[in-house]
Amino acid sequence: MSLNFSTSLAGAFFPNPIFTASGCAGSGKELSQFFPLTSLGAVVTKSIMVKPRSGRATPRMAETPSGMLNSIGLQGPGIDIFLEKDIPWLREQGARIIISIAGESVDDYAVLARKLRSVPGISALEVNISCPNVENRGQVFACNPSTAAEAITAVRRNIGGELPIIAKLSPDVTDIIEIAESVVEAGADGLALINTLLGMVIDTSTMSPRLSQKTGGLSGPAIRPIAVRAIYQVHAALPQIPIVGMGGVSSGRDAFELVLAGASAISVGTATFGNPSAVINVRDELEEICNARGFTSFSDAVGYAHRVES
Amino acid sequence: MNPKATQINAEVLSNKRAGSYNHMVFAVDGLAAHCRPGNFVAISVGGPTSSMVLRRAFAIYRSAMRSDGTGLLELVVAPMGSGSKWLASRQPGESVDLIAPLGTAFGIPKDPVNALLIGGGYGSAPLFALAETLKQRGCRVDMVLGASTAGKIYAPLEGKRSVNSLTITTDDGSAGTTGRVSDVLPDLIREHETDVIYSCGPMAMLEAITKISQSFGVVHQCSVEESMACGIGVCMTCVLPVEGDDGIVRMTRTCIDGPVMDGNKVLWTTSREIPDGVWGK
Repeated sequence: MSLNFSTSLAGAFFPNPIFTASGCAGSGKELSQFFPLTSLGAVVTKSIMVKPRSGRATPRMAETPSGMLNSIGLQGPGIDIFLEKDIPWLREQGARIIISIAGESVDDYAVLARKLRSVPGISALEVNISCPNVENRGQVFACNPSTAAEAITAVRRNIGGELPIIAKLSPDVTDIIEIAESVVEAGADGLALINTLLGMVIDTSTMSPRLSQKTGGLSGPAIRPIAVRAIYQVHAALPQIPIVGMGGVSSGRDAFELVLAGASAISVGTATFGNPSAVINVRDELEEICNARGFTSFSDAVGYAHRVES
Repeated sequence: MNPKATQINAEVLSNKRAGSYNHMVFAVDGLAAHCRPGNFVAISVGGPTSSMVLRRAFAIYRSAMRSDGTGLLELVVAPMGSGSKWLASRQPGESVDLIAPLGTAFGIPKDPVNALLIGGGYGSAPLFALAETLKQRGCRVDMVLGASTAGKIYAPLEGKRSVNSLTITTDDGSAGTTGRVSDVLPDLIREHETDVIYSCGPMAMLEAITKISQSFGVVHQCSVEESMACGIGVCMTCVLPVEGDDGIVRMTRTCIDGPVMDGNKVLWTTSREIPDGVWGK
């Protein structure tokens, strides 16, 4: 019995459902030393912004129980250099590419979408509206249904064509379903769940916050149950909207859990920091599990935990 | 990126206490042939069910190929945190998940020079293999080792043999000169007519050395230490402001563009702010 391990997100096809997570794969080159990028369902790029960004001062990270805090501050070269250097290289590798974008204003999202509308070889666009690292906590688009929708609307109006838009949501909200419904209404074709959660570590020897910016995004296995819950809730409310699931996946078993909750694809992030081949291991293990559980098509496993037994 | 970086399961061959540190030897096959002084390794700690999700980075102390084609890699581990304590308690016969070699190596001059090697605490680890390489090139090699107290000086006997002079400093005066390596540095540079300084140790020490090396117009290659999550260039946490060849200062990854960097190109800063003039600030 052979398993159909491919997946699709709003019309975009992927030969397998395992992706990198935004901000966890460098430019792709760094990981290509350990495996060919074509073996991934897709490479999700770091969230790219309009202008070059230095990111935050160090310390930018702190290990936590079964996870870590990071406060990178979206360091990157800006969209123009990114399109000139990073994207052509990824295309040459034959990698399927999901570009992640992030903005500080609604207009930033519009500008980024216009720059990307005619770029060939892109499978989908991830719109990061939830990065908790932006300076002003009040400016996190994803924490309010109307501002979340404004960012997505700006992308939808400017992107043109058929490129699927995936809105990446923050779990740091009271009602994630309300945010999900709002961005879908604004034109998102899919959802990415979940981004990091805002956390803090205080160094008890210096008696000060460990990170230079005090707070950082919590990721890793510690947040996996939150990801499972968010995916399950949103899939139940919007079963027709494909979800890219992420949050502490470091094994095929973990990925399978998110798939059962309703994810049509899985991104592996923090696990890559501990093990550069984690994403390949997750892919192989998930395929084995789907086979062992008797699924003939990966898509049949998506949301399987929602079934009603008669 | 270090093009030779490889992930392997490395067997612990020996593990011996040396002062405040553990000297550990691993079997790493042909990978040892690609390790250069300055390179580091990243080791997974805590076992498969551990709550420690990030690798720990260690400078390579020595590496060698044996005649039977197997390779050895030696580390000096300071059992400080829970990850390094776990590693330091591995016994011969056990294996660890190890990636090596990572990062840049110390540059070796083509012609003989007067080299001064400076190590702070366990930062001295990569300097002994470097000293041997430099001696083979006909260099004069002087060494300064500093630490807070005598037990934290890592200076094995074979290291002493490979240098022309060895100066010890301790903060508490329990060995050598009381004070810091930077206190004895100006006199040593004058006395030995130093051309190149190689250093490895805490960032404050590297900054202090840079100020002195600049005043003497001496080249300073330093191995930096910034907290690091991945070691392979994907997490962007281990950055420092470094001036590039184009004169632009960028937040630069010390895991792939370091750990060995030109001290004169680093914008040393102790403030928790991005310095002015950094690209993209």
